Amino acid sequence: MPLVIYTAFAFIPFAATLVLSLYDWDGLTSPSFIGLSNFADLARDAVFRNALGNNFSFTIFYSFIPITLALFLAALIADSARLRSVRIYRLLLFVPYVMPMVVLGVIWRWIYSPLSGPVNAVITATGRDPFPILGDTTTALPAIGLVGTWVMYGFAMILFIAGIQKIDTALYDAARVDGANRLKRFRFVTLPGLRNEITVALIVTLATALRVFDLVFVMTRGGPARSTDVVAFYIFRTAFNNREVGLGAAAAAVLVGIIFVASLVILRFRTSES
Amino acid sequence: MIPMRSRVFTHVVLAVFSFVALAPIVMMLFTALKSKEELAAGPFKLPTEWRWGNFMDAWSQGGFSTAAKASLIVAVVTVVATVVLSVIAGYGFSRFEFRGKRPLFLFLLLGVMLPTEALVIPLFYMFDALGILNTYWALILPQVAQSLAFGTFWMAAFFIQAPSELEDAAAIDGCTPLGTLWRVWVPLAKPAITTLVVLIFMWTWNEFLLALILVQNEAVRTLPVTLSFFQGRYISNVPLLAAAGAMIALPVLILYAFFSRRFIEGVTGGSVKG
Repeated sequence: MPLVIYTAFAFIPFAATLVLSLYDWDGLTSPSFIGLSNFADLARDAVFRNALGNNFSFTIFYSFIPITLALFLAALIADSARLRSVRIYRLLLFVPYVMPMVVLGVIWRWIYSPLSGPVNAVITATGRDPFPILGDTTTALPAIGLVGTWVMYGFAMILFIAGIQKIDTALYDAARVDGANRLKRFRFVTLPGLRNEITVALIVTLATALRVFDLVFVMTRGGPARSTDVVAFYIFRTAFNNREVGLGAAAAAVLVGIIFVASLVILRFRTSES
Repeated sequence: MIPMRSRVFTHVVLAVFSFVALAPIVMMLFTALKSKEELAAGPFKLPTEWRWGNFMDAWSQGGFSTAAKASLIVAVVTVVATVVLSVIAGYGFSRFEFRGKRPLFLFLLLGVMLPTEALVIPLFYMFDALGILNTYWALILPQVAQSLAFGTFWMAAFFIQAPSELEDAAAIDGCTPLGTLWRVWVPLAKPAITTLVVLIFMWTWNEFLLALILVQNEAVRTLPVTLSFFQGRYISNVPLLAAAGAMIALPVLILYAFFSRRFIEGVTGGSVKG
């Protein structure tokens, strides 16, 4: 019974996406097989390439900045991460991660708003004109990206704090006896001890960055001038608004392919390290 | 003993980052209690008069009672169905040998990684053909299927490390496998099951893409999608939007306040193991 439901409503749809990606279909008339043409079309489509590029830009904000930041903080607090009082911070840091993305999108859209938003309140207080942060092609993407950073750094910090608590304290003591300073203790004790947590943080945040949809839908709808367009939004438009079902399915297949390959590479890297 | 200086430092670092995590959410709450005019006077000021009426206005003008009913039905049915099926499947995988067990397990593992984008196009046409588009089933079935993959792993991981002596004792007392599962294991697995309940509730409650595509009529529309449409109509009434957002996030936040340890355990433990 569990397997039947899983097969019917998760696996078959996935397989059907792969099959559909080889067809030209408007959702109404009978589909015609066109081989890999959809993928060739995607490769040529500037709109798709732009969307994919934006997803890659988001990985910087969703993955690299939060993980680097969280590792840096982990290094700073490694000695006292075991304190009971650290628990309350774990609780607070995780709040953005459990909130509905749509609600976060509404909040941040206001925070960036030129009318009554806090960021622009600061800008105008310094005597400058209000600036439409989400309405400008250069600032819209980083602005949404920073929301991703804000959600993900707490997630990464919690993973790393939990990881540090699992590292044998004797290792730190031994390192101290050997005269290792804070930096060396981080490099040779904390970092290797967090290998699993770093792997997980990378896989989760990269997959999230490649799948960004809710925030973009609520904050900018991909604009201005497609500067915040993403693959998930492209799939949505192509398959459901333009009724190019096969092309949408092909874009979905590309997205899954990239997520799978990225995850495998990260896992590979981890096993070769240990 | 950890030196005082390092303790204070840890607290300062963690407090600053916790503050950054919470500030936008707290600001939204204050904004939700202001009038439009008050907000225009400055986003950082506390409300002079706490307008709880904003919540009532947002609730009635946004049609949130219908949406709340839809969200609740979808979330509760999805959670109950997924948890029951995951416990049975997880138990089966961990306690019984059968042919094709390993390939089946890997087949399920695929489901943990499948993003919604890879399923949603065929789901739309499949549900259209079955006549269940625009019903609660269109949201419940795929979410049960997706969460089931994770749930089965989560429960199997619990059962594998649980002692098997209890089981033999129960068998001697004449319990059937299902009876043993229900009388012996379910009570023991309570923490693991609680984690599963809160995680799946969070995923289902916050879900946006499926609800946007598979449901087009207002009677079945869930809260996040309703909020995104509400935002379109009341874009300039930020206090009303903030009030609506706060109400939608509230159930997850309450659950999080009570079960934060389970949330964190699920998100960190679940992913580190897998």
